Amino acid sequence: MPVYNLTVNGQPRTVDAPADMPLLWVLRDLLDVTGPKYGCGVGVCGACTSHLGDSAVRPCITPISAVSEPVTTIDGLEQNGDLHPIQQAWIDLDVASCGYCQPGQIMTALALIVANPNPTDDDIDIAMSQNVCRCGTYAKIRAAIKEAARVMRGGH
Amino acid sequence: MARRLDPIEPGHQRGAFEPTRREFLQVLIAGSTLMIGGVFLTREEAAALPGPGNTSDQSDIGDSLVAVETPYKYMLKLEVTPHNRVVFQLPRQDKGQGIATALAMMIAEEMDADYDRVDVQLSDRDSNRPTTITGGSSTIRTMWEPARTVAANARLRLVTAAAARWSVPPNQITVKKSLVMHAATGRAANFGELSAEAAALAIPVTPLPLKDPSQYTIIGSADGKGRKNARDIVTGKQKYTLDLRPGDAPDYPANAKPAVVLRPPDIKGRVSESWSLPAPPPGIVYVKINLPDRGPVETGSTFPQPTGIAVVAVADNASFHHALAARNALEPLVDWEPGPMAAMSGEGIRTTLVSLTPALTPVASGLSSLDATFDFPYVAHAPLEVMDAVADVRASSATIWYPSQTPNYQVGQIAAATGIPDANITLHIPFAGGAFGRRLFGEAAIEAALISQQVGLPIKLMWTRNDDMRHGRFRPMTHHAIRATWSNGTIQSWEHQVAAAEMDLRHGYGDALSPPGIALSHPEIEQAAFNATVSVPYEFGATQQRITNMRFEVPTGSWRSIYSGFTMTANEIFVDRLAQAFGADDIQFRLDHLANSTSASAPRAIRVLEKVRDKRAAWGAAPAGHAYGVAVHAEYRSAVAYLVEIDAVDPANPRLARAYAAVDVGLPINRKGLEAQFQGVLIDAFSVMIRAGNHLDAGHIVEGSFSDFHWARMNHSPRSFEVFIFDATSDTPGGAGELGLPPGSAACINAYARATGTQPSRFPVLDPTS
Repeated sequence: MPVYNLTVNGQPRTVDAPADMPLLWVLRDLLDVTGPKYGCGVGVCGACTSHLGDSAVRPCITPISAVSEPVTTIDGLEQNGDLHPIQQAWIDLDVASCGYCQPGQIMTALALIVANPNPTDDDIDIAMSQNVCRCGTYAKIRAAIKEAARVMRGGH
Repeated sequence: MARRLDPIEPGHQRGAFEPTRREFLQVLIAGSTLMIGGVFLTREEAAALPGPGNTSDQSDIGDSLVAVETPYKYMLKLEVTPHNRVVFQLPRQDKGQGIATALAMMIAEEMDADYDRVDVQLSDRDSNRPTTITGGSSTIRTMWEPARTVAANARLRLVTAAAARWSVPPNQITVKKSLVMHAATGRAANFGELSAEAAALAIPVTPLPLKDPSQYTIIGSADGKGRKNARDIVTGKQKYTLDLRPGDAPDYPANAKPAVVLRPPDIKGRVSESWSLPAPPPGIVYVKINLPDRGPVETGSTFPQPTGIAVVAVADNASFHHALAARNALEPLVDWEPGPMAAMSGEGIRTTLVSLTPALTPVASGLSSLDATFDFPYVAHAPLEVMDAVADVRASSATIWYPSQTPNYQVGQIAAATGIPDANITLHIPFAGGAFGRRLFGEAAIEAALISQQVGLPIKLMWTRNDDMRHGRFRPMTHHAIRATWSNGTIQSWEHQVAAAEMDLRHGYGDALSPPGIALSHPEIEQAAFNATVSVPYEFGATQQRITNMRFEVPTGSWRSIYSGFTMTANEIFVDRLAQAFGADDIQFRLDHLANSTSASAPRAIRVLEKVRDKRAAWGAAPAGHAYGVAVHAEYRSAVAYLVEIDAVDPANPRLARAYAAVDVGLPINRKGLEAQFQGVLIDAFSVMIRAGNHLDAGHIVEGSFSDFHWARMNHSPRSFEVFIFDATSDTPGGAGELGLPPGSAACINAYARATGTQPSRFPVLDPTS
């Protein structure tokens, strides 16, 4: 099997995997990075959403052979015990219910804010409708995105 | 020397709390007049029966569970660690509804503990607590008195230990934030420092006077508490079942192998008898797990038999990818036999239900009347964490990880399937990614145990999304006929006949709904459960609601709000139509018919409706293409009214624009948790009424994933959503988790009807079962 050299959450990792193996299973089963969740396996629920570079992707439909940029998952947002502002916003607004979709929600939202530092409700609707929350926490996600964006803009 | 206060032993005073078993049983069974055996009632049989009493405003499932747990209610484990943490083992499943956080608040309050030093863990299955069901919105109600009493006893022991250590009278001791103090001498010790001495005290658990609500600083606090596991969730550290790795639990196996199951196209389809398994590729093991129809696991056709071919990846460092790839390779090779519903479609079931519906009582001469029918589809629970389980089955013992809502039932099922004695099965309950009733059953845990047993290795089983959508369970399809009659502006009668695909309740509500030693037949249990969940709060004259069931081969189960999800939803849509027929305002019409109601629920319903009336006035006129809808529901000793604004500018793509809920749960524990429940359930409501349902076509479920099961997303959710929670209106908390589904559902339809000038009666509106 081919060997792939990856950067996962800032760390160099080497894996031996079939070329068509989805990044989700590489992360979860070969590297024990379990933040990204399986929810559908076909790219329609968003629970595994992670970043390649600054772009949000679906690891469940991204073969390992297509990964050329650094991988960031929910597990990699916290730096030296300091939460990312978007994680803090999620806690402050008590967004999560069951929490299973939230790693993906946060990574989708972060990509939105990075690309668009002051997203409108319409922007949020478009970007976030890629992700399902079965507990229906959308109102809190919306509020947390606005709060995280505010903090990431420097507090205004 | 004992180092821990662990656990608090139950007192030897059961006589003092000897149940009111007889009383509650009488209350419940009195409501069930259906003592006819057999699979279902014929139309004539059902029509001949006197109208059963719908008792939920007087005595509901929550009351029954409180009563049934009384003999062992104090058998709870609360530990004070030497590190000064309070650890409570909650014999329930938290799957996001927030009960662990609410219990932490209750215990911290009663112990005067530092809330941040209180941990609530989900208890392993405990055979000493036969009823541990997480359902019926009952956790807070059933744990309310026992958990606080155990906490009060722990506090008493710590105070007694401190008094002994310092040789001071206990009544001079104060406790604050896990610190025990004697002010006069300036001495203090934290809970952890006193734990060993407290553990040495032989004080049985007794009912103690509990803290007066006027003293509460945590329970019901204005800000509430965020979830205890919020940080773990947002950092990816929260461990769901398949996130567990060796080291996460002492008994977690070192080499659990990934397993998936290749399933037939049809519900309960089977591998052809004449087909034989090919040799598996290297690193893969196949296991046929077809069980006989009336096998040892569970008899009865609504149980989805574990059926198919397990594909286990047994190589070192095997991944689910390997198991899935092997499954996909095997799929085209298998000969499947059609399932038992191969000749049946959803429309066929609907037609059968229509014909099963008892005729409504004829309208007496001189009365005006209004009729309506409604059809609700099968609906998957679809929790975002798929069905999964880890099983380590040995020769005569088994250790299972499965987030069960019914741990004792689940262990019984695993024991029956594997032949391993019930007592030798350990069931750990991980935190779960949603349930909505789905985890009342645990086919995945049974399958995982069987696969582990046959392969001789610990395995971790994952159902794919398709597996759960096509071979899981569903809210039963229902047909409703409602008739109201009136004269001189006064409603004389209200009749609601529900014809439903059987709801599988065989997980039991413990024995809460059946007398000891008597196994009620399924229709009897259903009628008792129906009566214990639905009751009309209004003064509508002669009122009767009845359910008639028929068993189909589509597996079913309770879905958030059980019978009320369709029954009370249909009622509240019909109430809007009735108000229209009267030319009355929808809210005022409801208030007028609550004003003189004798229902115990009426005062709460009035309270929440009045808030909604005020809010709607403040909102003013709805924009063009938008409309407001209102509905109310009282159950579980609580009530909620919803006001929603639907944007139906494009009637084929409506969304929620704004929402408001007024909530009376008696005594609120955690306002943050309640807000989440009442926001979230409206998304369920909008989804199942407007967008998402399951369709049966020639024996299989059409939908396979969130691509065609059109659950609401951000672009359907309200842009502003206020949840108003009344301060305490009672000295006990009511249930909350399921309460919002019926009125949320009806409010969405009432608004959509108003916005579009239509009268939706088949759901979901955009994709009705046809």
